[in-house]
Amino acid sequence: MIDKIKTADEAVAGIQDGASIMVGGFMACGTPEILIDALVRKNVRNLTIICNDAGVPGRGVGKLVSNGQVKTLIASHVGLNPEVAQRMNTDVEEDKLECILVPQGTLAERIRAGGTGLGGFLTPTGVGTIVAEGKQVLNVGGKDYLLELPLRADFAFIRGTVTDKFGNTTYNGTTRTFNPMMAAAADHVIVGACEVVEIGDIDPNNVVTSGIFVDAIVGGEKQWQI
Amino acid sequence: MADLKEIIARRVARELKDGDVVNLGIGLPTMVANHLPEGVHIVLQSENGIMGMGSAAEPGKEDVDIINAGAQYVTVNPGAMYFDSATSFGIIRGGHVDATVLGALEVDQLGNLANWIVPGKMVPGMGGAMDLVVGAKKVIVAMLHTQKGKHKILDSCTLPYTAINVVDMIVTEMGVMEVTPEGIVLTELNEDYTVEQVQEATQCKLIISPSLKKMEY
Repeated sequence: MIDKIKTADEAVAGIQDGASIMVGGFMACGTPEILIDALVRKNVRNLTIICNDAGVPGRGVGKLVSNGQVKTLIASHVGLNPEVAQRMNTDVEEDKLECILVPQGTLAERIRAGGTGLGGFLTPTGVGTIVAEGKQVLNVGGKDYLLELPLRADFAFIRGTVTDKFGNTTYNGTTRTFNPMMAAAADHVIVGACEVVEIGDIDPNNVVTSGIFVDAIVGGEKQWQI
Repeated sequence: MADLKEIIARRVARELKDGDVVNLGIGLPTMVANHLPEGVHIVLQSENGIMGMGSAAEPGKEDVDIINAGAQYVTVNPGAMYFDSATSFGIIRGGHVDATVLGALEVDQLGNLANWIVPGKMVPGMGGAMDLVVGAKKVIVAMLHTQKGKHKILDSCTLPYTAINVVDMIVTEMGVMEVTPEGIVLTELNEDYTVEQVQEATQCKLIISPSLKKMEY
């Protein structure tokens, strides 16, 4: 059997400058900090980060923003991290951050489409707004919809509560967020898990993300400390 | 006089029916849950993945894995469920949320809503708002009537839309308004104000309901 257990530094070793990375979580609840920290140490630059939000300074994706590693951020909300606005408006070219805002439901569904073989989907969200600019509008049954396209990435950072050595993963509380869709929508998927257990230890009824999606498992992820 | 935001939250709470599935926005809308009439039990949906959200977690008793969409620690009620974000917005767009209550920067007489961006000044992002107002069966805007005297209920929005033609009801400290094909109808008046004062605080021409009632809260 393939040994997927890695240290955090080993797991991110293949990530190069300019990579695209999906990061699970919502306001950093459900974000694998252990993997973010390893990426900060590796200090790769010009990353495209796809995440619901920008976390907060010092938490989640916020650490990558602070360290100037993010060139493009695709997110639904960045308002709780003031550093994003500062970097969007800076005149210093190497610090400049491009932020592409996507409605949260559309972002989730684009990632789901990316992982499930769909060529896109039709949503009423954003019709008549600036979100519709440059997009195809289709009228179905008398109602307008936007054609939204699938989203994939080179890597995904998933935060597991309990993960077995195959990669089967459970999520506690509201840590689930974007994690299950992202696990299917990236070429290389790394789970930062709070607890790593033997295969068979998780009741199949409770597995949310199958180990087939997972390429690397890093133990030692901790719960968000208040 | 009671706190203005509390007046608004109290009136919105009366709009909700027993068994309703409700998504409350951050800030004033969150206060609505504290003022439900006796016997009215609603199911709170939180777009980050909860059906059956409870109250804020007591200090010292927080579960760090359970937050609401405003990143505050919360509890869940018996019978609750967690889900992923795609499922959450499937519930929202699918019309399974009976009402959403949220604030606004601007609303206009066509029911257009602007509440997510002030170009060049504030670009927080739309979060889940665009999906919520398009998907929820009833969209209630809960806000102070003006922004320090500046009109917020307009002939037409000047800020980029969150969505077009979606607002059903506006509740402010001055009264209750319904958005109709004919325009915005003032249906209830807070007796601390006159109809003339409400009109003065509103840019678009209000239609005064022939059965205008006292706003109860």
